[in-house]
Amino acid sequence: MDALDLARWQFGITTVYHFLFVPLTIGLSVLVAGLQTAWHRTGQERYLRATKFWGKLFLINVAMGVVTGIVQEFQFGMAWSDYSRFVGDVFGAPLAMEGLLAFFLESTFLGLWIFGWDRLPRRVHLATIWVVALGTWLSAYFILAANSWMQHPVGYAVDPATGRARLTDIGAVLTNSTVLVAYPHVITASLVTGAAFMLGVSAWHLARGNEVEVFRPSLRLALVVALVGSVGVAVTGDLQAKLMTDQQPMKMAAAEALYETQAPASFSVLTLGSLDGSEELWSLRVPRVLSFMAEGDPDARVEGIDDLQAASVERFGEGDYVPNVPVTYWTFRLMIGFGVLSAGLAVLGLWLTRRGRLPASRLFWRASVLAIGLPFAANSVGWVFTEMGRQPWAVYGVLPTSSSVSPTMSVAEIATSLSVLTALYGVLAVVELGLLVRYAKAGPPAVPAHSPDPADEDEPVLSFAY
Amino acid sequence: MTLPELWFVLIAVLWAGYFVLEGFDFGVGMLLAGLSRDEVDRRVVLNTIGPVWDGNEVWVLVAGGATFAAFPDWYASLFSGFYLPLLLVLVALIVRGVAFEYRGKVDSASWRRRWDLCIVWGSLLPSVLWGVAFANLVRGVPMTAEGEFDGSLLGLLNPYALLGGLTTCTLFLLHGALFLALRTTGGVRERAHRAAAALGPVAAALAVAFLGWTQALRGSAATLALAAVAAAALVAGLVAQRARREGWAFALTAVTLVAAVATLFVALFPDVMPSSTDPAGTLSIAGAASSGYTLEVMTRVAAFGTPLVLLYQGWTYWVFRRRIGRGSIPAPVALPAQRRPETAPEQVG
Repeated sequence: MDALDLARWQFGITTVYHFLFVPLTIGLSVLVAGLQTAWHRTGQERYLRATKFWGKLFLINVAMGVVTGIVQEFQFGMAWSDYSRFVGDVFGAPLAMEGLLAFFLESTFLGLWIFGWDRLPRRVHLATIWVVALGTWLSAYFILAANSWMQHPVGYAVDPATGRARLTDIGAVLTNSTVLVAYPHVITASLVTGAAFMLGVSAWHLARGNEVEVFRPSLRLALVVALVGSVGVAVTGDLQAKLMTDQQPMKMAAAEALYETQAPASFSVLTLGSLDGSEELWSLRVPRVLSFMAEGDPDARVEGIDDLQAASVERFGEGDYVPNVPVTYWTFRLMIGFGVLSAGLAVLGLWLTRRGRLPASRLFWRASVLAIGLPFAANSVGWVFTEMGRQPWAVYGVLPTSSSVSPTMSVAEIATSLSVLTALYGVLAVVELGLLVRYAKAGPPAVPAHSPDPADEDEPVLSFAY
Repeated sequence: MTLPELWFVLIAVLWAGYFVLEGFDFGVGMLLAGLSRDEVDRRVVLNTIGPVWDGNEVWVLVAGGATFAAFPDWYASLFSGFYLPLLLVLVALIVRGVAFEYRGKVDSASWRRRWDLCIVWGSLLPSVLWGVAFANLVRGVPMTAEGEFDGSLLGLLNPYALLGGLTTCTLFLLHGALFLALRTTGGVRERAHRAAAALGPVAAALAVAFLGWTQALRGSAATLALAAVAAAALVAGLVAQRARREGWAFALTAVTLVAAVATLFVALFPDVMPSSTDPAGTLSIAGAASSGYTLEVMTRVAAFGTPLVLLYQGWTYWVFRRRIGRGSIPAPVALPAQRRPETAPEQVG
């Protein structure tokens, strides 16, 4: 493998890994803030215990999201320096804004929330967790604005003197149609991720009859958020499909392994074909659905890979403009499939727990625990789909991935960093998962005694300490 | 001042902020084992930086992001050129950050000992490597005519750069010891004072040697003045430490760090990455900068965001201003280590 392949593997591995923690952080921050608000409003101890329990799991997860995020920012310069040179004028701006306007907020207020129990007035302390949540949401916005620019570059011009992209309209970059649908898609998917985690852990305890008064409200909250989130994911996903057909028709065609242009086009639920995806052996199809997904019209014409390849050659010159079809085909299906399964479980759960009921069926509890993995899987394959489907472009239609890699980076350097990071991430995954499982199983803590007024003592006992 | 020059100054400010803030939490991290007699002491040490280290670390992320946005060429040449040292910094920051959060999560001496090692090494490596990186930057590295780094890893380990690494590491140790003396009571505070008293002269000697060498390499009247401020503040800080005026001592080492970073950036001016081989490869502020429009947008964002950040980060330090002692540390809340039946009971060491 050459440096380019290794750099792509490194980017893929570090990004998908980082994105295991990010949606859970985004989703759980809001859920924890909601529970703390419930405690603030009602004064009921069960909400305080729930806040502390989910808060601890949230923090175990946040730690990994934070540290793996550092790699993300640095590796643009390290492994993709030609990309950074070409797009820095445009792409760097949202990245720097994320740091200044979101990261500082998130990390500073997280410290205040963790260590501020009993140190800050209750109302102020409650506000700190909401600010943390706001920080995570803002951060997601800027990152997605940067990514959306790579999917659909707007607000720039290529400078004839330097041959590089130059920002002409920051407003256009921040209100790119692509980010306006990608952002709600990612946020709602993150809510589902946080909710599925809460659902699964609550189910594990409820199946054993543990702490019903803490876990039943958590379960109901999780089910409602999962359902609302799933509806949001579906609606925004549909909008995204239409936008994608318009902006990146090749990605849509590859997602369907549609080689020949069809009108109307059918959606393939499942197709078994040759390994390169060019030949179909057996297929289960729903007529006209692809036309509707792509254009909102059941009779619409959907362009196939062969025609799009020919058009690309005409526009950009000789080359292979077809992404890896089996990867795009399967990741697209799995993303949708995992999402539908989580939504189905949420509906079932709401029905089974209606009006104060708790289902006796072990099957539902078991399914809920297993379903924790569904949104994580959907998020991961979703990103693999959207990034692999853009190939061979780093910036769609403007900068090929092969022209983005660092020219001075040796194969030895990238091989070293790829192995070091992969090994480190592997070890940390085991540690993190172990801690999450142990703390999830341990259940909510007893409510700690609150010291009346810490300001009166010379050396007040910290209410939270490492 | 042109917009690119303004951004050069802002990036210097971000690095100065990073050295002052994460400088002390690196120092505290390195001193974790040395200043603690037992587990309670270690928890006292860690809790002085517990609420703030994460916010401090963001300064380097913003410095990186601002360099990307304001000087894409600098960001690209620097980060790809210093590939392996940066990888080492990343690994160090990863294990360190996770260690803070995870060390107290399992009640097992061996578990905590492992994470403590991560904290000590994770603080030590970046403390040395940032100094090495900045020294190389000022000294100049081999660059091609296209402005690409053309050197080797061994070339980065030259005597001047190693002295730079030693200097930042020792300054951070001193700065951290003074922070601990300021923020704790009892045994940790006493040991922090002794450590600061011992580290002080070493740090002063190294800083004078390094800034003097810098002066010889790329000095001007301005760098001389700034280096003199750094040295004077350091000496005054050591005097304040002997008088046990901990707040002053800490503030003065902060001034030393700011003045030292300013010396390096002024020495660099008007280049951002001077070439030691082909002069055509030197990246200058004007040559490496983004377009005027991008810098204008970024300036507006910085004018809005920076005061806000300073305000709430300052507030954090105010909220957690009280000293911490052994009596402040509550019982650990960690889950006990899982015992497998076949293993012997753990040794506490």
